[in-house]
Amino acid sequence: MLIGRVIGEVWATQKQASHEARKCLYVQPLNLDGSERGEPILALDAVDAGVGDRVLVATEGFSAMTAVGRPNSPIDMAVVGVVDEVEVVE
Amino acid sequence: MYLGKVIGNVVCTMKNPVLEGKKILVVQPLDRAGKPKGKPVIGLDSVGAGAGETIYWCRGREASFVWYPTEVPTDCTIVAIVDRVNVKEKGTTDSHR
Repeated sequence: MLIGRVIGEVWATQKQASHEARKCLYVQPLNLDGSERGEPILALDAVDAGVGDRVLVATEGFSAMTAVGRPNSPIDMAVVGVVDEVEVVE
Repeated sequence: MYLGKVIGNVVCTMKNPVLEGKKILVVQPLDRAGKPKGKPVIGLDSVGAGAGETIYWCRGREASFVWYPTEVPTDCTIVAIVDRVNVKEKGTTDSHR
């Protein structure tokens, strides 16, 4: 999974049915020090995360599907948590 | 899923029979500012996307679930045509925690 920052949303009316009724969040993955890690990704929201939240993203399809409760659907990433705190013990 | 833009299509007469009747499109990934970034990928269309349209696609095994239960050999399928990308530049909600 990845930690990311929700930087926006993507609206799409013409889309697969399994993507309906879920916010499609535009998430920028972060490194542990908060710096940007690669390009932003799109993940369906399963925990009512909003723009600006630091979130946990499952980047594999099966976990994403079960997170949004829609098996056998073309979803490969989902926001599965809102991060309150990250503690790293070196 | 990944944001991208359709920049072309691919014609294959000799191909896996299950791919028949499905458009094969060339997709250019876009970065946060909507500019082309990264290498183009080839994906199947499932929402009637045309050249020039901003889309997003699903990758991996899940890409074939569009046509579930038919087993379609694809690892990249366009699943939506994007109307609008709202990017909020800065600002976090960390202070509320």
